[in-house]
Amino acid sequence: MSFARSDDGPRIALKILVAGGFGVGKTTLVGSVSEIRPLRTEEFLTDASVGVDDTRGVEAKTTTTVAMDFGRITMRDGVVLYLFGTPGQDRFWFMWNELARGALGAVVLADTRRLTASFASIDYFEQRDIPFVVAVNCFEGAHRYSLEEIRDALDVDPQVPVVTCDARDRESAKHVLISLIEHAVQHSVPAPG
Amino acid sequence: MQSWTDPPGERWIDEAAGPLVRPYALTGGRARPRGEPLDIVAILIGSGRPVPGHVRLTREQQRLLALCRRPYTVADLASELDLPLGVVVVLVDELLEQGLIEVARPAAPAARPDPRLLRRVIDELRAL
Ligand SMILES: Nc1nc2c(ncn2[C@@H]2O[C@H](COP(=O)(O)OP(=O)(O)OP(=O)(O)O)[C@@H](O)[C@H]2O)c(=O)[nH]1
Ligand SMILES: [Mg+2]
Repeated sequence: MSFARSDDGPRIALKILVAGGFGVGKTTLVGSVSEIRPLRTEEFLTDASVGVDDTRGVEAKTTTTVAMDFGRITMRDGVVLYLFGTPGQDRFWFMWNELARGALGAVVLADTRRLTASFASIDYFEQRDIPFVVAVNCFEGAHRYSLEEIRDALDVDPQVPVVTCDARDRESAKHVLISLIEHAVQHSVPAPG
Repeated sequence: MQSWTDPPGERWIDEAAGPLVRPYALTGGRARPRGEPLDIVAILIGSGRPVPGHVRLTREQQRLLALCRRPYTVADLASELDLPLGVVVVLVDELLEQGLIEVARPAAPAARPDPRLLRRVIDELRAL
């Protein structure tokens, strides 16, 4: 396996989203498991966000560039796994509507010190029936809860995988992606009955 | 609903906005792509047709066409050309209309990938 693009370019592109609250480790996770590439989009500032940013005196400032996390894992036979993460603040939610279309699945990163920050992402993927896993990042100084306690607190369906991870560690990040794709395989098989 | 392909409207095209409206200069002031929105991982490929005499391509579109001699996703093009995604979507849309590039694989929405393919991806990830 190499990070280099095959000369033939992608033949099959699979899309995985990396979501979660502010500072939860999205950029770190994408970087530890894939070849990270620069990518940006524009945010059209709404009146609400203009109120948040101090744009007095620059009324004409109506778009701003937003960097996205973008990573690529090139596999054999032109199969390429694309990872996308967007900033955790609520005002970036608009991006998910484009990203989520046709996505294989999503990783929702969670920090046990502020689990509520993951609720919005979980609701988002549940509502759209997009397979997702919850990856609990183990930050230093955070109380260690059992996965069962975390699952209860997050109130996710029993079949949704909840795994611990260290986003800085490549093996751990790989394990998160594998859990997601295994879950997506289950998800794609219709339940009996 | 806001999206990166939303038309920015006239008020964005404003001298006072300075560099912030520059992307729309690249797209000829038009930021609304026609037709279906392109998936960010749709795979594009040049059609190999010659550029018709009456068609004037921007420098960015020429670079884009050159890259599309082999398959490229929308996201990879934006990254490679260092342009915002919304701008690339507009440039690509024009080239599609002119028949200069084609969508090789549209990354069908909601179509669940083949489980065999996914199992292969899992094996490859394990071996990484
Ligand atoms: N201990 C520990 N620290 C981590 C882990 N993941 C990320 N960090 C650290 O947490 C900080 C924030 O990580 P980022 O990857 O930038 O988080 P992010 O979600 O991209 O943040 P925003 O894009 O600002 O929302 C960095 O200093 C990381 O080194 C983890 O699994 N364990
Ligand atoms: Mg980040």
